[in-house]
Amino acid sequence: MGRSGEPLGRYTIAVGAHLLLIAAWQIFVVYGHVPKFVMPTPIETVGALFGDNYRWGTNILATATEIFGGYFLAVAVGVGLALAFSWSRPLEAAFMPVLVSLNMIPKVALGPLVIVWFSYGIVPNMVIAFSICFFPVVLTTARGLREVEPDLLDLVRSLKGSRWQIFTKIQLPGALPYIFSGMKVAAILAVAGAVVGEFLGSDKGLGYLMLQVQVTLDTPAMFMAVLLITLIGVALYGMVLALEHALVVRDARIE
Amino acid sequence: MKPAMIQPFIHLANLRKAYRKRGSEYLAISDASFDVGAGELVSLVGPSGCGKTTLLKVLAGLLDYDSGTVQIGSPSHPFDPARDVGMVFQQALLLKWRRILENVLLPAEILGLPLGESRERARYLLALVGLSQSEDKYPYELSGGMQQRAAIARALVHDPKLVLMDEPFGALDALTREKMNLELLRIWKESGKTIVFVTHGISEAVFLGTRVVVFTAGPARMADNFEIDLGAVRSLDMKTHERFGDYTRRIYKLLGME
Repeated sequence: MGRSGEPLGRYTIAVGAHLLLIAAWQIFVVYGHVPKFVMPTPIETVGALFGDNYRWGTNILATATEIFGGYFLAVAVGVGLALAFSWSRPLEAAFMPVLVSLNMIPKVALGPLVIVWFSYGIVPNMVIAFSICFFPVVLTTARGLREVEPDLLDLVRSLKGSRWQIFTKIQLPGALPYIFSGMKVAAILAVAGAVVGEFLGSDKGLGYLMLQVQVTLDTPAMFMAVLLITLIGVALYGMVLALEHALVVRDARIE
Repeated sequence: MKPAMIQPFIHLANLRKAYRKRGSEYLAISDASFDVGAGELVSLVGPSGCGKTTLLKVLAGLLDYDSGTVQIGSPSHPFDPARDVGMVFQQALLLKWRRILENVLLPAEILGLPLGESRERARYLLALVGLSQSEDKYPYELSGGMQQRAAIARALVHDPKLVLMDEPFGALDALTREKMNLELLRIWKESGKTIVFVTHGISEAVFLGTRVVVFTAGPARMADNFEIDLGAVRSLDMKTHERFGDYTRRIYKLLGME
């Protein structure tokens, strides 16, 4: 009984701990007489959802577009470039060191420049999210494509297998866990990238909204915005995780 | 005289292979000559770095050699280098994302063999290696010995004439290894393949081989080549026989360990 009930038990404990945290938050604010502009209660935070002038829908849509757009663009370009590297050694030899150097730049520091180049709005924020996601994807994918057992290559070569066969049957499926590992790291970074973009200059989005309500010390709305940003990130991460579970055998996954 | 020896399946004469790296030369095989009859199981035994693996790669057509003769195939047993080699390595190297049956099918896919027939054959081979129950499992669900059995089935799926094994049981524990030795003998008899078996286990080499070729290291050279006359049916208690001891002593001596 106990053993088979264990996973459910752990799940219950986890949910309980979260509820407890929310309850502790409510009690702390109410009995500690914390002013609302410093920290609202959870109930006040949810109450912000029903305010008239926050335009939650539009702002969520804007931020989600930036996050998802920048993210999927980064995955597509990153994986594509890594594939190109695996097909051309000179290309990899020339560009990989450049990428590693560029990766040293704190991408957020490029924000003001991106706004100079792309004006402000959804596109520049997408570009910032892209630039921050791109590197982990390209670097881990390239590494995954490089990690092929030499003996396995011998096995295929002894059967006069083509390079395409090596690629489709061994290299690419073998790299999949690495690609997902990069995608998971990038999913978390994408959210930060988009929101920083909105802080720097934007006319919609949850980050933009936070700056607007900050002026009037509307802390409940700020809390709600942070919560929604987090939820968008969780949704993206969850999607990637679900895709990984569908495509990568348990044993091969990189945590 | 065995008819197979009149028309050897593998004929090696004065094979020499050196690796060159930045001007310096490293001799992997100095002078190897031996013949292997069709259907024989030859053990190549020697310490690490004696060129056994290099020799295997030459036989697999994966490496060029510097001089000498390498002939595989005879009129009665023609050999197609593109599809008549099966390989087993120290690590099973199964593809983690494929089920066992799909793993076994890999060579058939690469060669573009008809998939229906290959599937049938893969099932037959999985039964032969004792893995019928595991065809839908993933490699991580199998023990090391079972993974290696699957690797052997994979090496046989395209019905190659020559199977090259590079220390296939070297990573297994001693008991599993003995068991796999018996299994290999059974599979070899049933399949009738010519097997070249590389090992650094002296007792394993004598127990399995119809013939043993001994290599020594530093410098790499072939030191001996002799037939093992222990009969066709081998059992583990043979290892205590006097003649078994004679053979192993002969190899220990060549390797300078006596």
